[in-house]
Amino acid sequence: MAAKKLNTKDKYRLLTRDLDWEFSYEDRKQAFPFEEFEGIKITDWSKWEDPFRLTMDTYWKYQAEKEKKLYAIFDAVAQNNGHTNISDPRYANALKLFLTGVSPLEYQAHQGFAHTGRQFGGVGARIACQMQSIDELRHVQTQVHAMSHYNKFFDGFQDWSHMHDRVWYLSVPKSFFDDARSAGPFEFLVAISFSFEYVLTNLLFVPFMSGAAYNGDMATVTFGFSAQSDEARHMTLGLEVIKFLLEQHEDNVPIVQEWIDKWFWRGTRLLTLVSMMMDYMLPNKVMSWKEAWEVYFEEAGGALFKDLARYGIRAPKYAETIEKEKEHVSHQAWWLFYSYGDATAFHTWIPSDEELDWLSEKYPDTFDKYYRPRWEMAKKMEAQGKRFYTKGLPQLCNCCQIPLMFTEMDNPTQLAYRDTVYKDERYHFCSDGCHDIFVAEPEKYVQSWLPVHQILQGNCGGPGLEDVLRDYYRMNVGADNLDMKGSPDEQRWNSWKGVA
Amino acid sequence: MSVEIKTSTLEPVRNTFANIERRFGDKPATRYQEATYDLQAETNYHYRPLWQPEFELNDKGRTAIEMQDWYAFKDPRQYYYGAYVGQRARMQEHAENNYAFFEKRNLAALLSDELRASLIRLLVPLRHVEHTANLNNMYGTAYGYGTAITQALLYDAMDRLGIAQYFSRIGLILDGNSGDALVEAKQLWLQAPLWQGMRALCEETLVTEDWFELFVAQDLVIDSLVSDLVYTQFDTWLAANGGQDVAMLTEFMQEWCKEHTRWVDAVLKIAAAESDANKALLGQWVERWRGKAAEALAPIAQEMLGDDALAESLAALDKRLVKAGIAGGNL
Ligand SMILES: [Fe+2]
Ligand SMILES: [Fe+2]
Ligand SMILES: [Zn+2]
Repeated sequence: MAAKKLNTKDKYRLLTRDLDWEFSYEDRKQAFPFEEFEGIKITDWSKWEDPFRLTMDTYWKYQAEKEKKLYAIFDAVAQNNGHTNISDPRYANALKLFLTGVSPLEYQAHQGFAHTGRQFGGVGARIACQMQSIDELRHVQTQVHAMSHYNKFFDGFQDWSHMHDRVWYLSVPKSFFDDARSAGPFEFLVAISFSFEYVLTNLLFVPFMSGAAYNGDMATVTFGFSAQSDEARHMTLGLEVIKFLLEQHEDNVPIVQEWIDKWFWRGTRLLTLVSMMMDYMLPNKVMSWKEAWEVYFEEAGGALFKDLARYGIRAPKYAETIEKEKEHVSHQAWWLFYSYGDATAFHTWIPSDEELDWLSEKYPDTFDKYYRPRWEMAKKMEAQGKRFYTKGLPQLCNCCQIPLMFTEMDNPTQLAYRDTVYKDERYHFCSDGCHDIFVAEPEKYVQSWLPVHQILQGNCGGPGLEDVLRDYYRMNVGADNLDMKGSPDEQRWNSWKGVA
Repeated sequence: MSVEIKTSTLEPVRNTFANIERRFGDKPATRYQEATYDLQAETNYHYRPLWQPEFELNDKGRTAIEMQDWYAFKDPRQYYYGAYVGQRARMQEHAENNYAFFEKRNLAALLSDELRASLIRLLVPLRHVEHTANLNNMYGTAYGYGTAITQALLYDAMDRLGIAQYFSRIGLILDGNSGDALVEAKQLWLQAPLWQGMRALCEETLVTEDWFELFVAQDLVIDSLVSDLVYTQFDTWLAANGGQDVAMLTEFMQEWCKEHTRWVDAVLKIAAAESDANKALLGQWVERWRGKAAEALAPIAQEMLGDDALAESLAALDKRLVKAGIAGGNL
C-alpha cells in the first residue's frame, strides 16, 4: 500500500488541531476560564486559520540551526574584542537602554504568551501562542548573551533586571507590558500581537538593528537577523488574531476598536524612547525618527487600516496628534534625559555640531525653531564648566509614566497637561490619549507604581536622590550616570584606542 | 589611521552581570546562568491581573509550596533556549531517520493485523495524554515562579506537543496516511471504557489550580507510570511479540523520558529538602494522584500486559519517591 502524501494543512490538522476533545468529566469552562469576561464572543474556534504550520520537529531543527550560527558570532565577537569595533563609545548607551528597557519586555512577552498559550480554548490559537512564548524566551536570552560581552567593558549593563523593576524611566516599558499582561487574553493579543508586533514592531526593530549595523555592532545585528524569521511568525499571528476576532461576531468590533485606540496610543508613547535613541544616541545615523515613522507607520499602517475598514474598523484615535508628534518627541525626550542625566543609568551628551546640523536638516520645520536654541545654550553652559542637571523630581503621567514633558502639538512652547479627579484624588496626564485611557479604566490605573511618587513616599530608600540611585536602583553612581564626557566608559575607550 | 590594540589593555571591568556575581561570586559565568537567574520581574508590578485580582502578575502564592529562593531549582541539564533546541534537534534528526527507514522499508506491513489493531487501541490514544501534558506544563510556565523552573516547564510543554505529534505520526504510518487510525483512536479516547478513566484523569488535571501540585500529578506521577508501562514494559512485550520495529518509532520518547526523569527528580529533591512542610505537602499530593492514576491506568495496563504490570510501574514510582526524599514509609 503506497502511503498518501498529505498536504501541510491536513497534516497540521491531524498532528495538532485534532489533539483536543470535548470534555465529559469536567466543565471545560473551568479549564479555560478567562475567555468570556472581556465580552468577546467566540462562536467557533475551528474557524481559526493557523497563521503558520510548524510541527515541533521542524521547529527544533530550524531554530537549532539559527542558534548555532548566532552563537558562533557571539563567540567571535568576544574573542576579537568586538566591543572596540563600534563606531563611537556613545553607541553603547543605546544598548544599555535596550538591555534594561526592551529585553525584559521580551521576557514579559514570553510570559504573556504562556498565559494565552494555556488559556485559549482553541488549540490552533493556543499552540501559535506557545510557539511565540518560547521564541520570546529565546529573544531575551540571546539578547542577554549578546550584551554579556559589552557588560564586561562598559558600565550600566550590569544590573539590568534589577533596574527594570525599579528605575524611574524603565517604568515606562514595564508598565506598558504589565498593562497588557494584566488585561484579558484577547486584549493582550490585540495589544501585543496586533498593535505591537504587527504594526509597530518595525519601529522598534529597524532603529535598533539597523542602528547596530551602522555602528559596527556585530552581535546585535546578528541577533536581529536571526530573530527576523521569528518575528515574521509573530506578525502573521497578529494579523490572524484581528481578523478572527472581527469575523467571529459583530459585537467584537467596538471592543477591538477601543483596544486598538488604547494600544496605539500606549505604543506611540513607549516608542518615544526609541525616537530619542534613533535621533540622538546613534553616532552613525540610519534615518531620522520622522522618516522611520512615515515609512513604517504612516505608509504601512495606512494601507492596513484601509484593509480593515471592511470590518468597520477605523484608524486609531488621535491619529492627527500622532502625526504632529513625529516632529517633536525625540527632541523633547532627549532634552529631558539630558537634564536628568544624573539619574539615568546611561550617559547623556550634547549632540556634536555635525549632529545638530543633521537634526536641522531632518527637521526643517521644528528643530531650529524650538530645539536647537536649547542645545546652543547647553553648549555655552558646558563650555563654562556648568553642565547643568535639573534638580527635583518630575511629575509623571499616570498612564504612560513619562514625565510631563510633551508640549501641545499645536503650540510647542506650551507644556501639555491634563488631569482628572477620581474618588477625590487628582491624577495627571501628558495627553488626551493617556487621560482617556485612565478614564476608561480608572480602577486599573490608580494602581500604577509611579516611581516618583514612590520615592517621595519613602518606598525607595533615601533620603537623598543619590541614596535612591545607589542603594535602591543599585546604580554605580559616578560611573553609570552623568555625562559621557569624563565618564569611565570614555576613559576606557580612549585607552583601548590609544588616545590620551 | 590604524590603531594598534594591545590585548593586555583590554582587561574586563567585570566578569559577569551583577545579579550573577551576587549569587556566584565575581567570576566568569556560564551561558545557563546568565540566561536564567533573575530574569523574571520580582517587584513593583503596576496592575493586578483583571483575570486573577487576588494575585500579582508574578506571585509566589499560586502554589502552597514555599521556597526561600525559587532559583534553587537549577536544571541539571542546564537548558537555556539554545542548549535546549540544540539537543532536541539532534534527537529529532535521529527520529526522522528512524521514521524514514520504517516507512521506506514498509515495516508497518510486517505487523500482524492484531498487533496493528492493538497499537491503534493502546498507543495512538496517548497523543491526547501528551496534549494534556502540554497544557499542564504550560500552566506551570505561565503561573509558576522564577525562570529556573518555569523555563524548564516550557521546554517540557513543547516536548509534549512534539511527542503528541510523534504519536500521531505513528497513527498515520499505521493507516497509510489516511488519518483513519487517528479517528479510530480518538473515538476510543472519547468512548471506549478502556480509556475513560484516563480521560477523566486528564480532564481533572486540567482544572487543578496549584501549579506545583499539577507538576507532581503530571510530570511525576502520571508520567512515571505511563513511561514505565509504555516505554519499558510494553516495549519489551512488543519486542517479544513481533513488534520489535515499533521501538524505532518510540525511541525519541524513550530517550526523552530518561532526561525528563532526571530533571523532575532534581526538582522534587530540592523542594522536599527545603522544609518539612514542603515534604509533607508533596507526600499528600503524591498519595492523592498516585491513587487516581493507578485506577485510571489499571484497565490499560491490564489489556496491554496483564496482571502484574501496574504493580511493577507503581513500584518503580515508589522507588523514585524514596530517592527524592518524599516517601515517608507510608507508601
Ligand atoms: Fe521578541
Ligand atoms: Fe516577537
Ligand atoms: Zn502619558
